[in-house]
Order: sequence, then C-alpha cells, then structure tokens
Amino acid sequence: MERHFDEELKNLSESLLKMGILAEKAINYSIKALVERKMELAETVIKSDNVINMLEIEIDDFCHMLLALRQPAAIDLRFITAAMKINNDLERIGDQAVNIAECALEIIKEPLLKPLIDIPQMATLAKKMIKDSIDALVNKDEALARDICKRDDKVDDLNDQIFRELLTYMMQDPKTITRAVELILVGRHLERIADHATNISEEVIYFLSGKTIMHHMEDKKQP
Amino acid sequence: MNNTKIDVINFNFYYNGEKALDNIVIGIQQNMVTGIIGPSGCGKSTFLRCLNRMNDVIPGIKAEGKVLLDNEDIYASNVDVVKIRRQIGMVFQKSNPFPKSIFDNVAYGLTINGIKNKNDIVEKVEKSLKDAALWDEVKDRLDKSAFDLSGGQQQRLCIARALAVEPEVLLMDEPASALDPKATLKIEELIQELKKKYTIVIVTHNMQQAARISDFTAFFMLGELIEYDATSKIFTTPSMKVTEDYITGRFG
Repeated sequence: MERHFDEELKNLSESLLKMGILAEKAINYSIKALVERKMELAETVIKSDNVINMLEIEIDDFCHMLLALRQPAAIDLRFITAAMKINNDLERIGDQAVNIAECALEIIKEPLLKPLIDIPQMATLAKKMIKDSIDALVNKDEALARDICKRDDKVDDLNDQIFRELLTYMMQDPKTITRAVELILVGRHLERIADHATNISEEVIYFLSGKTIMHHMEDKKQP
Repeated sequence: MNNTKIDVINFNFYYNGEKALDNIVIGIQQNMVTGIIGPSGCGKSTFLRCLNRMNDVIPGIKAEGKVLLDNEDIYASNVDVVKIRRQIGMVFQKSNPFPKSIFDNVAYGLTINGIKNKNDIVEKVEKSLKDAALWDEVKDRLDKSAFDLSGGQQQRLCIARALAVEPEVLLMDEPASALDPKATLKIEELIQELKKKYTIVIVTHNMQQAARISDFTAFFMLGELIEYDATSKIFTTPSMKVTEDYITGRFG
C-alpha cells in the first residue's frame, strides 16, 4: 500500500541528495581554488555555505514535523533519525569546505611550496565517499555503505603521508612553516570530510538493517 | 524473559472446525504489560479470551495445547473455570456496568463469591476504587447509579469491579478505544500503576497505545504469533519484515 507518508519520506531523501550535491560542489570548488590558485572560487565557497546552512534548518524542521505528526516506527523511524544525523554531517562537510577555502586564500598569497599531488587525490577520494554515501541512502544499498567505511583508512593514510612530508619541509627550512601548516590543515579538513562520509554510511547501515556499526559495535557483541 | 506468569504452549483454537489460532507459543511476563497487536481478524481477541477460558461459552469451539497459569494448565479437565476467571479478570472494550449503584457494581463479585462481612466488603470496594483511580471522583456518591458516570469513569468502574475479586492477571480488550483522549490517558496511566500488582495483557488496535504502555508486544497475523519481543525492539528494529510493514502502516 502506497502511503501519503511515503511521498514525504521521498521528499526528505531528495532534500538530502540536494544537500549532498551542494557539499560535494563546495569541496570541488575549494580544492580547485587551491590547485588553480583562484581566489574568487574560494570566496564563492565561503559565501555559498549559507545555502547549505539554510537547507540544514529546513531539513531539521521537516524531520521534527514528521516525528510529531506521523509518529513513525521501525524502518520509517530509523530513516528519519538517520536523516537528521546525515543532515548534520553534510552541514559539517560544508563547513570543512569553507575551512579549506580559507586555507586556500592564505596559501595563494605566497608561492607554491611544492606541487600538489596527494591533496587533490585525497579530495577525489573524499568526494567519492560523500557521493556514494548519499547514493547508498537513496538507493538503499547496504553493501555500498559498508564499502565506503573501508575506504576511510586510505584517506587517513594519505593524510599521514602529507603530514610526514610537510614535516620534513618545515625541518629543513623554517620559512616554509606558514605554508606547510596551511597545507597540513587542508589535509586534516579532508580527513574530517571522509570521517563525516563514514558517519553517513554508518547511519545508512543502521537505517537499512537496524544494526549499529559505529564505534566498531559490530565486532563487539550485539545486545 | 524468565519470570513468566502465563505460559502458552503449542496452543491451537478452532471455531466450528476452522483454525483461529495456530500453534501459539508465548510466555507472558509477570508484572509486565503485554500488548497484543495485529490486523482485524488476526485472532488477538480470540487469544485474549482463551487466556481465561472466556471462549468456553461459544458453541463449536475446540482448544488444543496448554495454557499454564503459574504452571497449572487452565484447560485441564479438573479445573474450576470460575476460579480461573477470578484469578484472571477481564475488562472489555465497551464499559458494561450493571444497572446498580456504583458501590454494588464493585461489591457484586465479592458477594457472589460468598463474602458476607459488611466491613470487609466496604473495605475492599474502597480499595478497588482507589486502585482503579476512581475513588476521589465517586466517594461522595457511591449509592448513585453507575450509569450517572461518564464513559471514562464507567470504564474505570469496570476495572475496579474486576480488581475487587483480587485477580492476578488482568486481560483488557481495547479498554480505551471508546474513550476520549483525556479518559484514554487516565486509563493508560492507570495501567502503569496496575502493573505493579498485576500482570496485564492488553489487546489494542492503536499501535501508538501499544508502544506507549506495553513492555512486551506480540504481533499476530492470520492466527499466528509472528513476533514477540520487547516493545522497544518491536517498534525500532523488528526482526520480521511483516511486523515492520504492519507497524509502519504499510498494510492492515
């Protein structure tokens, strides 16, 4: 039986999809601003964050309405609570993109320290994780969600590598410290973005299966 | 789940040869509220009435299997059915007070059970009305007709009447479905109080009500017990797809 409620849940799903696309776009622009040294792109990211923030409030209100008026249970309840958390994760991703854009503005002021290789690679991985996590939500694809959680390690490894490399630069020449620190921060922001994508995937798994996998709960004994 | 008050074991029930309950196995927990939910005709009311042999009066019925109350089979041949119904009281959907005074409604069960001492009766009536959260509203008009009471009060009077004979288990068949939200809330609050002393089994069509008041929920469909678990589990992460579909309103 098709319920009127299903239409509302579909709208919620579409709003999250829209927010996911905006967050992905924000990362795209912030990294492009950094790599291509375009200040106006970085400024666009900073200015557009408000759109994501407004959408977050809109989605939050909509979820509250659904909880109060539809009194959802089971898979419907799990979807709405997951949506509320995913909403928050996407908003934080938007904030991280702003942080990257702000770093970019600093980095652009000075000559390039070294060719950027690992950071764009990290950004590509993180962006794909976000896109796939939202796809997993919309297409109810638990296998995809589980795959994303595994990819997080690769992003972490890249981040460690960036840190180690830049540390050597700083030790060799203290004049590089300001630029190196900014790049380390970009790496860290990307690492956090991948963490948020992992959170989203964990929420998707809970929504679809009722199983909690965050904090390695699946390895521990389930109640 | 180890403190069971009622153990239903491989229980089948037939109306004129037609199977209404199919191999039911369930352990009703003591001092807990067990909610029974399921679509119309799933057998939930039939099941409830089987728990105190209320179906016995219907011609053409047949029961198989066991219903153990404190490990005694209530379907055994030597059982006193009247005693069983005293131990396992029942409250119905439509309040059904007798055309008597408020006091006599509650005292009725006591007098037919042979209690003669007037003081005992007065004491027990007061206690029952207090337990049913009705005393304060009726203490000054106990001699007035039960029909002077509102619907919600009449239902609580029926609960008081059931409590007067000091049952151990209380069966409730849609006890609040004919009441307004405020009276419903009173009954629901009352059930939370009553479970301290009694074991309660309640049939309800209102899924939110089952979620609010029951500790355990049993989901019935087509005469079968599909899923039985803690209410919090059933309403967040049920094990069976069909339970999920029912409680989310996808069918039924």
